[in-house]
Amino acid sequence: MPEVTRSQVTVKRKSSKAAKLKRWLPVYIMMAPALVYLFINNYIPMAGIVIAFKKMDYNSGIWKSPWYGLKNFEFLFSTQDAFIITRNTLLYNLAFIIVNTVCGILLAVLITEIRHKRAKKLYQSIILVPFLMSMVILSYIVYAFLSGENGFINNVILPLFGNEEGINWYMEAKYWPFIIVFVNTWKNLGYGCLIYIATMNGIDRALYEAASLDGAGRLKQIRHITLPSLKGTVITLTLLNIGRIFYSDFGLFYQVPQNSGQLLSTTNVIDTYVYRALITLGNTGMSAAAGLYQSLVGFVLILISNLLVRRLDPDSAIF
Amino acid sequence: MIRSREEKIIQLVSHIILTGVTIAIVMPFVLLFISSITEENTLIRNGYSFIPEKFSFAAYIYIFNQAGTIFRAYGITIIVTIIGTLINISISSMLAYGLSLRKLPFKRLISFYVLFTMLFNGGLVPSYLMWTGTFKITNTIWALILPNYMLSAMNIILIRTYYHSSIPEALYEAAEIDGASSFRVFLNIVLPLGKPILITMGLFAGLNYWNDWTNGLYYLRGRSGERLYSIQNLLNRMISQIQFLATNSAASSLGEEAARIPSASVRMAIAFVAMLPVLCIYPFLQKYFQEGIAMGAVKG
Repeated sequence: MPEVTRSQVTVKRKSSKAAKLKRWLPVYIMMAPALVYLFINNYIPMAGIVIAFKKMDYNSGIWKSPWYGLKNFEFLFSTQDAFIITRNTLLYNLAFIIVNTVCGILLAVLITEIRHKRAKKLYQSIILVPFLMSMVILSYIVYAFLSGENGFINNVILPLFGNEEGINWYMEAKYWPFIIVFVNTWKNLGYGCLIYIATMNGIDRALYEAASLDGAGRLKQIRHITLPSLKGTVITLTLLNIGRIFYSDFGLFYQVPQNSGQLLSTTNVIDTYVYRALITLGNTGMSAAAGLYQSLVGFVLILISNLLVRRLDPDSAIF
Repeated sequence: MIRSREEKIIQLVSHIILTGVTIAIVMPFVLLFISSITEENTLIRNGYSFIPEKFSFAAYIYIFNQAGTIFRAYGITIIVTIIGTLINISISSMLAYGLSLRKLPFKRLISFYVLFTMLFNGGLVPSYLMWTGTFKITNTIWALILPNYMLSAMNIILIRTYYHSSIPEALYEAAEIDGASSFRVFLNIVLPLGKPILITMGLFAGLNYWNDWTNGLYYLRGRSGERLYSIQNLLNRMISQIQFLATNSAASSLGEEAARIPSASVRMAIAFVAMLPVLCIYPFLQKYFQEGIAMGAVKG
């Protein structure tokens, strides 16, 4: 009776499907709010990248605005801005990667060396505080130091060196590469440092005991055990940062220099350019073009860096 | 324990360098605080300094009396932080729970859907047009809550990994045999056992909301937007418009008082008041913050 068997099978399959649905439906319902949020917050804007190829007309909306080909990109790349924002974004990020890695490792090594338990904890706690503050707060602190009339540096530090005039910090672009790198290091030092400390805590104690039995001092142990075992973390973090090299902290470049037009040559990055083109200038097309340029190059870089990370350290890869 | 000369030197040098770093980190906050309690004329004459000639709490008294704008902004920050964090943690923990179930159909597809948001994004322009055009959140409280901070894909992955490693599969199976529904399992097993990770991720979500000023910058405009300024937005606005306080109270027909507003110190006082809660809770919750960072938790 092949007929019967077949129908029995279908019935069974149907009921197992229904059972499966019954089993998993509540789980899907629980997952739904987050998935819907991602759809709205992340996926709809992805479709919106077509704006970069349109001549945006607010009256007719995104979809009915006329196509504009690559004109927006032509305009963008015919200005000097495209070069400046790309250069600034890349160079700052490179500087951040180098300075943060070196300082982070140095401090992590020093902190783990400290024998005094409470002092060690104190250092570790304080170093993280700036990381928890918003860029607006940091911009106030920077202002207290750099303000032209009231700033601590102009009023107290520079006169010590015989400079009574002071420097108009918010007008002179040449100082800002140092200021930005300094502020970034100050803010993010604790973050990197903690990651390295976590790696160091994972190093097998037996290695150090063996080394010290062999007569190796602390410096030798640091050089031959601690630093080599950080290699994996350093490479992974660097690759992940390279993946993000086309992006920057909007607040650091917008808020800290107080949106000063005089400083644009050294503080304008892709993120601030996109914002100013959209909000200040109202040039949607150009802003969208710069945004898409960032997203696409960023996407390629993230893919490449992740593939490399996955080869070296599968646990740290995003996918 | 016998300590070698080398070791003693290392201890000493480490302490010296780390003390230097600690000072470099603490001093700017101290400058901010001292500036806020410096007498206004001293500030104008000598600038912000660590050892002012004359102290004064006028800035804090002013904040208290002026209250309206500043307390309002503070209240809005608190409301937004609480609502945003609660939503973030509820929807994140449920999504991570689903993704941690080994047998969930379409699990790989859903994981990819979550991960892809970390690789590619549409950028500011489409997001801006969508939130303002389609969802019309401009000048509503949702402007500060909805965009960007309600979910972080990275944190979902960290929560899922935690569930995987700390909740034994056998527990789920036992609950299933007992006939418990998925929601019951989530409430009675996953939530209690996942508490440490949820506190950690909740802290980072809360910090993001507390510190956020970009959403206000994008989506709050004009007079009716100002009513919804968070404390960060207010600070942001004050630093860009130095005369803000003066004009603000001039508008309330207190022309002569405008001249007496200690604006240089008030600015620093508000900044200090804005960061105070973070400074206060940090010592008690630092374990969670530090663990979160070691895991790779992200902050805005």
